[in-house]
Amino acid sequence: MTETIELSIDSKLEFVDLVASVTKSVTAKMEFDEDDASWIELAVHEAVINAITHGNRNSADKQVEVRFVTEQEALTVYVRDRGEGFDPSQLPDPTSSDNLLNPSGRGIFYMRTFMDEVEHSIHPEGGSVVRLTKNKRSS
Amino acid sequence: MASLSIKDRQAGDVTILDLSGKITIGEGSVQLREAVKRMLDDGKKKILLNLGDVSYVDSSGIGELVSSYTTTGNNGGQLKLLNQTKKIHDLLTITKLVTVFETHDNEETAIASFK
Repeated sequence: MTETIELSIDSKLEFVDLVASVTKSVTAKMEFDEDDASWIELAVHEAVINAITHGNRNSADKQVEVRFVTEQEALTVYVRDRGEGFDPSQLPDPTSSDNLLNPSGRGIFYMRTFMDEVEHSIHPEGGSVVRLTKNKRSS
Repeated sequence: MASLSIKDRQAGDVTILDLSGKITIGEGSVQLREAVKRMLDDGKKKILLNLGDVSYVDSSGIGELVSSYTTTGNNGGQLKLLNQTKKIHDLLTITKLVTVFETHDNEETAIASFK
């Protein structure tokens, strides 16, 4: 059975903890193990931070929409901002020696590491969307 | 409510910053930056960051550790890590930053390593 939870926040960093609370509740309900749950929380956190700071450029009146879709075997999280999107293939590799000491540029790398699928797209009604999917481990 | 608490103490000429809480975008990262800057401004150039009570770090927090490391180095000092948690170790490993930071699990050994 598929269930959906949606929330919408103003682009304020103080609301990021609210998203984390919902993420924790969802991963607990889905019985992800502790490690996976904490990495999912980090990946969603990074996506929301990117939406606020890069997508919406910290304009508090622009919304970030977060939609959790839970299925038996997987969690998918959609994070939509009101920005113009970007080409993720153009991002520098944070692990290359030239970039190792850069203070930024690791958020999407962490998302890709900890989630099974990460896809960036443009929303048909405007803004960009990142889709994060984590599959349950087969026990 | 402060997301990160930072207390400093001296062990000879080594300054230990005991961090507790979250190093994340915004307040936590700024607090760490300011604390390291304050130490450097005071001429304290051997800095050991004790991460044992850090509960959560995001990519901005990892970036701030990198900035603290480079700022300290640029000021003729050294910055090392003590008691990194498993999560921090994983985040540093994935981004190959384990090759950058000198890390210790024992405070005495860490302090002695600055000599």
